[in-house]
Parts: sequence; structure tokens; C-alpha cells
Amino acid sequence: MRHQRWFTPWVLVIPALTWLLVFNLWPSVNTVILSFTNAKPLGGGTFVGLKNFETLLHDEQLRWALLNSVIYMVVCLPFLTVLPLLLAVLVEKKLPGITFFRTAFYTPVVASAVVVALIWQWILDDRGLVNGLAEKLGVISGPLPFLSDQWLLLLSAISLTIWKGLGYYMIIYLAALGNVGRELHEAAAVDGAGPLRRFVHVTIPGVRGTMILISILISVSALRVFSELFILSGGKGGPGGRDNSVVMLIQQYSQGFEGNLGYASALSIVLFFVTVVPMLVLARINRRGAEA
Amino acid sequence: MSVVTDPVRPVEAPSSSTPPRRKGSFGFNSISPRERVVRYLLLAFVLLITIGPFLWQLSTSLKGSGEDIYTRIPRLLPAQPTFDHYKAVADTIPVWDYARNSLVVAVLVVGGNVIGASLAGFAISRLQFRGRKIVLGLFLATLVLPGEVTIISQYVTVREFGLANTLFGVALPGMIGALNVLLMYNAFRSLPVEVDQAAVVDGANAWQRFLYIGLPSVRGTISVIAIFAFIGAWDDFLWPLIVLTDPDKYTLTVGLQYLSGTFSNNPRLIAAGTMIAFVPIVIVFATLQRFFFKGVEEGAVKG
Repeated sequence: MRHQRWFTPWVLVIPALTWLLVFNLWPSVNTVILSFTNAKPLGGGTFVGLKNFETLLHDEQLRWALLNSVIYMVVCLPFLTVLPLLLAVLVEKKLPGITFFRTAFYTPVVASAVVVALIWQWILDDRGLVNGLAEKLGVISGPLPFLSDQWLLLLSAISLTIWKGLGYYMIIYLAALGNVGRELHEAAAVDGAGPLRRFVHVTIPGVRGTMILISILISVSALRVFSELFILSGGKGGPGGRDNSVVMLIQQYSQGFEGNLGYASALSIVLFFVTVVPMLVLARINRRGAEA
Repeated sequence: MSVVTDPVRPVEAPSSSTPPRRKGSFGFNSISPRERVVRYLLLAFVLLITIGPFLWQLSTSLKGSGEDIYTRIPRLLPAQPTFDHYKAVADTIPVWDYARNSLVVAVLVVGGNVIGASLAGFAISRLQFRGRKIVLGLFLATLVLPGEVTIISQYVTVREFGLANTLFGVALPGMIGALNVLLMYNAFRSLPVEVDQAAVVDGANAWQRFLYIGLPSVRGTISVIAIFAFIGAWDDFLWPLIVLTDPDKYTLTVGLQYLSGTFSNNPRLIAAGTMIAFVPIVIVFATLQRFFFKGVEEGAVKG
């Protein structure tokens, strides 16, 4: 049964649908087309066949970028699935002033990654807060090169990503905690379960679905990292470009007369496959868990 | 523990017959004084970790040029507070123009998303039409595609429209986000169908149902979308970095990165620059956080 003229729904849908086609669907097709060309940032370019993909195989920068991505994901996953849940439990209870704490914990999420990275650049600088305090306490004799050593730089960027992500995932967990039945907690308490046992046996099973979703979000965003590494390394990608991420390489090829949008598109396809893998794996875990 | 593991009881689904929350009416829910102290201590500790770095940066930006900012014992309060570095930043880069550019982009993105996503979300969830399922599927399908994958060909598209190196080109692709359409779809869907049917009987057409029945009941979700769209546009870095080549047109984030390259040896100036980008967004968020948290909870309960 219809209660409107046939074209009314289409009038409402067409703006959004146009955007979807022009800025999502067509670009995904065009990425594949571009990856077979040597298109330039300023226009032009010709078909070059599989040349870009052959270059990919021998690209040492890409190999480092992929290694960095995997390390990024493996380190971020446990911290960002567990810590925000603990935070959510901490701010769930309605105490006086709890709104202030919730808002304050969310502040790093609201700030631009550029702002956050510039702040941490100063804190992690050779003469910054962390090195200053550590030297004062006598833990180290000279400054630790957080921003110039290949591995320390990567670790610094990872810590930054974890720090900035805490509040974001906390809010998602907080919404999920609201759906965990209160009666379950009460029943468990009546049965004599303490706060820790209730957390393990009531809270965690209750937010299990959210946890899987969050793991997917974390994995994908760890593989997409850009601003933190870009700013902390001063745009250079660390010593010898060994601290690049895949997105940083894509950005580098998007600029100037030397740029190559064809090669950047081939890198984008690599990024697509890299991000799809963890999604499929986690979706599978989710399904198996649901059957069990 | 048998209740907890009982598979018959749905754990996630909120039951509609749950009685309203009663404050402290259950013995187990009341907080002992000791627990209260522990909770506040933990809250204060996390507070230090999350906003400490921002305070440190604010402090650095206000410290006088004669003041040693490299001391081994860090001082939080500036000994000779001054706004000189803010003035110096504005003298070096046109930071107020950058802020205006960011604002223009953010307003376009917020406007586009609020209008475009609510129209489409309403049509897909409340109106019957041929192809509805396909349209919904298309929006869902784009979610698996990280934006960075298509960013290069998006740039090519924007360039072909002749909008490379313009603020409109920065705003355009984000003006209707697929995720926002789905959020609006979800929000409109939670309205009871009977309300619509009653309105139809009363002779309301689709537009009237959208304006007078749909919109007022999804204000929470609309504010979440607006807040997220504003923050996203104001904070974005990669896309404006790719689109903009002309320093006059930089947004704040791109301008800041430019500033940090020029003044890598003066942390006070960089600190002042970051605060210019940070303070407005915090004010926007702190003012609207009530709607934000309410909208998030609303979405969770209904979703």
C-alpha cells in the first residue's frame, strides 16, 4: 500500500544516492582502472599494463610499511579492546560529576590527530617532558630517541593511537553496557558473585558482540594510520622511510610533478586487501562463537 | 551462576518490560564509602592521563620567552604568563584565515549530512518503493571500504570537476556520508508504524510525515551526526592535504603542519598554534556534549 506519489521516495533518496555513486562507488571502480595507468596528479597518463603491480613486488618501502601495519594492529588490538571496557565500567555508575569525567575522557577523540601528534612530539622530544622526567629520576642517562629511532618512533605512534582511541571505544562500550540486563547482575550478586566474577561472567559475555565489532574497527583503523606517523616523523617516515604506513605512501605519490596516481592506486588496492583480511577473520570468529 | 549461562535468556536484547531504574533501591547497587573513594581515585588518574598532555601544551604556549621550558623539573604553571606566542603565530601564518577555511568546510559538511542523510534515511525506512532494498544494500556495501582506499580516485573526480585546490572541493565528497544515511535509517525505523498509518488516515503526505512526525523524534541522532560531521571536517588532515596546494587555502590542520615544519625549534609557537586549533573544537563539544551522550544512548537502546 502506497501513500505517496511514486517519485517522492526517489526525490528524497537521489541526493544521497548521487553522492554514493560519484564519491564512493565510481572511485572504487576507477581505482582499479587507474592502477593500470601512470596518471599524474596534474592530469594525463597512459595505460601501462601490469607495470605498477610488478613495481609493488620489489618495493622495499612497501614491505616496511606492511610490516609496520601488522605490528601496529597486533599491538593496538589487546590494549584497545580491554582498556576502554574497563573505562566504560568505571564511568558507567552514576556518581556526582561523572558527566564531567566522561566528557574529559573523550577529549583526545575530539582533538585532531594533527594537534594530538604535535603535542606528543613536544612531550617525546629529546628535551621534552618524558625524557626530562626520566633523567631527573635517574632512570636514563641520556635522552631516548623517541622520534628518531626506527622502532621507538613506531612505538611512540602506536602509544599515541592507543591513547587517542580510549575514549572513542569507551563510548561504544558504554552504550553496550546499558543493554546488559540489570537483572543478570542482581541475580549473580544474590548468588554470591563478587564484582570481579560478575565482570567476567556477566559483563564480558554481555558485550561480546560489541567486542568483536570493536576489534574489527581497531584492526581496520590501525591499518589505515596516517596522521600520527606523518606528524611524529615530520612527514619523512622515519629513518630511511622505514616508518611509513601504506596510507603515507599513497599520500606521497599523490603530490607534485614526480607523483604517480597510477602507482598510488595500485597501493590503494594493496590497502584494500590488507584491511579486508582481518574483517573476514573476525567476522568468522563471530559466526563460530554465535553457533557454539 | 546458572542464570548467567542459561542460553534461553537473551543477554543482549533489552526487554521492554524492564522496570524503570530505581536509584539505590537495591542493596547491591549502593556504593560503600570505600568504593566511592577508589572510584574517584581511578577517575582522577585517568583524567590526568587523558587531559594532562593538553594542559601541558597550554602551559607551554603561555610561558614567557625568558622562561626555561626545558627544565628537568617540569613546571605546569607559567612563571611569566604571556600571549605573545599567539600573536607571533598569527604574524607568521594567516592562522585566522585557516580557522575560517576550516569553519567553511565544516559548515558545508554538517549542512549536507543533516539534510541529505535525513531525507534518504527517512525514505528508505518509512516509504515503500521499488528498489528500496537495493538502495539500502548499496549504502551498506560502502561500509567495508576504508575511505583511504578510494582517496586517490576521489581526488581525480574532484579535479575533473575543476574543484582541486578549492575549499568546496575539500567539503564536497564528505557532504553526504553513507554511514550517516544508515544511522538516520536506523533512527527513523524505530518509530512505530501505527503513527504513520494514523497520519496517512488524517491525510498527511510524505513530506508532512517527514517534517512533523519523523524529524522531531530523531533529534538525538541528528545531533550526533551533526557533532561528528563537524569534528570530522574540522580535524581532517589527509584529504585537505591532498586537495589543497595553495597555502592561502589551507585549513587549520594543514596550516599547523606547515607551521611545525617552519618552527620545529620553537615549541612555544607550535604549542600556541595547536591551542588555536584545539580550543574551538573543545568548546563546541563541551557545549553540545549533553545532546551527544543522550543521542548515543538513544541510538544504543533503539538499535
